[in-house]
Amino acid sequence: MAESEFVYVTYIRTTPEKLWRALTEPAFTRKFWMGTTQESDWVPGASWRIVKPDGSTADSGKVVDIEPYRRLVLKWQNQMFPEMAAEGFSRMTFELEQQGEMVKLSVIHRMEKPESLFIKAVSTGWPVILSSLKTLLETGESLQATRRWPEGM
Amino acid sequence: MAAMGTDVDMVFKALAAPERRLLLDRLRADNGQTLGELCRHLQMTRQAVTKHLKILEDATLVVTIRRGREKLHYLNPMPIHDIAERWIGKYERGRLRALAELKAKLEGEIDG
Repeated sequence: MAESEFVYVTYIRTTPEKLWRALTEPAFTRKFWMGTTQESDWVPGASWRIVKPDGSTADSGKVVDIEPYRRLVLKWQNQMFPEMAAEGFSRMTFELEQQGEMVKLSVIHRMEKPESLFIKAVSTGWPVILSSLKTLLETGESLQATRRWPEGM
Repeated sequence: MAAMGTDVDMVFKALAAPERRLLLDRLRADNGQTLGELCRHLQMTRQAVTKHLKILEDATLVVTIRRGREKLHYLNPMPIHDIAERWIGKYERGRLRALAELKAKLEGEIDG
């Protein structure tokens, strides 16, 4: 395998508009994405970063492609761990697709490198975050473990 | 229909066959395989693999992405994660992990 890639698909009882806002707006991301927010002008080529609750950068990159309520493609580099930052940019895609009263959310995260440490690290993080996002949108409350930044990280 | 992917019955039904768990193991070892790659080294006909994959896809345990002319199969961890979240819960996880590690360690010592 010349690359590392994981795909996560979850079905959420919501609308593409609400799901898009939940994925990008600070008031929502804080609740299910470990207290973090994202900063970007959300246009192709704009810089993008994930801001930890203490204001420092967890990950950063660029918006590659954006089609509101449907698709977001980011170049994404970890900034917290030197060995992962050294792997360079990964490519993360959100795809939103309405199917009846559900929205199918696909998260495709890949790195053009076999056995990527970063892709392996996020592979345990994405299910936790996506599960909490689904719970937040369907019940109004996120999962407790995802409401704040993990201590000591 | 795949949109019923949150249907827990379909997930359990899909997991209740050793052939399908074997396919998931193959994807866990090497994610993003074509049907042809998955069929290699398996004692199953191509038709049987196709049938099992369809059941795994309906349960969203396997998802596919088209890349050029190829259709690649990926293990989707979300349904199993949701099951764990529902019944195991956040408080017990630490203890269960410790127990699983202890079991693996002890069995490793016995096997070794």
